[in-house]
Amino acid sequence: MSTPTPNLDSLYQEIILDHYKNPHGRGLRDPYESEVHHVNPTCGDEITLRVHVNGERVEDVSYDAVGCSISQASASVLNDLVVGKSVHDGLAVLDQFHAMMQGRGQVVPDEDVLEDGIAFAGVAQFPARVKCALLSWMAFKDAVLQVSAGSPAAEETA
Amino acid sequence: MSTGYDVERIRKDFPILERRLSGDLPLVYLDSANTSQKPQAVIDAIDEHYRWHNANVARAMHVLGSEATEGFELGRTKVAEFIGAPSRDEVVFTKNASEALNLVARVLGDSGRVGADTDVVITEMEHHSNIVPWQQLTERTGASLRWFGITDEGRLDLSNLDELITERTAVVSLTWVSNMLGTINPLDVVIARAKAVGALVVVDASQAVPQLPVDVAALGADFVAFTGHKMVGPTGIGVLWGRYDLLADLPPFLGGGEMIETVTMQRSTFAKPPHRFEAGTPPIAQAVGLGAAADYLTGIGMDNVAAHEREITAYALGALQEIDGLTIVGPREPIDRGGAISFTLEGVHPHDVAQLVDSRGVAVRAGHHCAKPAHQRFGIQSTTRASFYLYTTTEEIDALVEALHFTKKYFGA
Repeated sequence: MSTPTPNLDSLYQEIILDHYKNPHGRGLRDPYESEVHHVNPTCGDEITLRVHVNGERVEDVSYDAVGCSISQASASVLNDLVVGKSVHDGLAVLDQFHAMMQGRGQVVPDEDVLEDGIAFAGVAQFPARVKCALLSWMAFKDAVLQVSAGSPAAEETA
Repeated sequence: MSTGYDVERIRKDFPILERRLSGDLPLVYLDSANTSQKPQAVIDAIDEHYRWHNANVARAMHVLGSEATEGFELGRTKVAEFIGAPSRDEVVFTKNASEALNLVARVLGDSGRVGADTDVVITEMEHHSNIVPWQQLTERTGASLRWFGITDEGRLDLSNLDELITERTAVVSLTWVSNMLGTINPLDVVIARAKAVGALVVVDASQAVPQLPVDVAALGADFVAFTGHKMVGPTGIGVLWGRYDLLADLPPFLGGGEMIETVTMQRSTFAKPPHRFEAGTPPIAQAVGLGAAADYLTGIGMDNVAAHEREITAYALGALQEIDGLTIVGPREPIDRGGAISFTLEGVHPHDVAQLVDSRGVAVRAGHHCAKPAHQRFGIQSTTRASFYLYTTTEEIDALVEALHFTKKYFGA
């Protein structure tokens, strides 16, 4: 058995495989203010995601997902990075994650903001897998915007 | 391998099979059910058409127009001969098999043959392109959509054949060879029942025409749909074969140039089949290429292609089932089975399997293969699929097996 190519290891970083095997915050929980279901039609990956927002604070992101290691690990990292933050700050993290994923490996991620999320920088070099990494994040954005839409106090985040 | 079948010689006809991937890995192409590779003869035919004969068909009076028309219509003749069509006028060119199936569904509805008091019968193992057009048709017309289930083994469940296909049935549409399970369906049983109650039969032969000898005249179906690119031909061309008397009795599909007899501002009358169903500039170079593809396959002999497919599939079924944690979804015996094998590997998602084996140069498909209901039937979201063709070797199956062992090790599965 020869060693894997460097490319493969940049895609499947240890951190990603750890999150895949031991996902954080998995499962659907109450209470929640909005629930969304997102599908990646090309591969069939699916996620049902709930957000519980208290005032400005993201209290919980819970999810039930089927999909590849990249999409599963990404949901786990999402949970780590946005729970406990304000909606505004959570969406700011999302913007950085999104920019990194769209950057074709050219965007240098800020580890202070993205923490374990920087492991996905390697995924950005595999265009076919970018959508896997973004599935849960897009679901999160949709869910918080739905909460914000129903809450006059949160207009500035929309 | 069967006597006289020289797979190495056949491989030399396909330039892409010499491709080396990054790291100087040889390409192991096991995704032919998705699209097949093209022999030099097909590439040359398309090249020559564009270099020497390119013009629009059936309307230009000049030399090139006449040559292009001749090339295009010769493509139709070759396809008709390849599938045993009694008449070349029974071969309608579409852009792909999906369009061919949509065409039939649309015109059967428009002709009033499918109405509110009728049933349309399909199966759970269909590709989405043989499900969605019938859902749309039954929604438009108020007809009922019914379907055959799948047995645990991955065969068509015909136990309720007589209850599903009844006097109410207007159309039965089913696949000949499943693109996901690999199952070859007993069309004769279904067609006999359909004919007994006066129902029309549509066959999705997208996976069958490339790998089995086909004789539409003997089959007994009313319509047969397939695509060019899975039978070593180009993309952008599909085929609908239909019984001439039926085609002649059906209204047009799309309106436009080429499909008319005469047009006034008030109304139009329509051309005879097949041109009635071919609005606009058709896939000309593609028809030339498809004709060359039919010639190429005929030269090898479809009996030989089918025999090779059976042998390579039997070899792969045996080799794959020796891998711990690998489960084949579909028939596990090489009986009435085509050259597509879908499987799951415990602990590794199919997309990750495909990525990992790709890093070893092995191209397979992962996902739902446009057959979500068939996956749901087995309680799974997706599978990895390896599919074979006339150029596939046992060494390539060995490379897949080696890559799967590597995948398991990488994921600690």
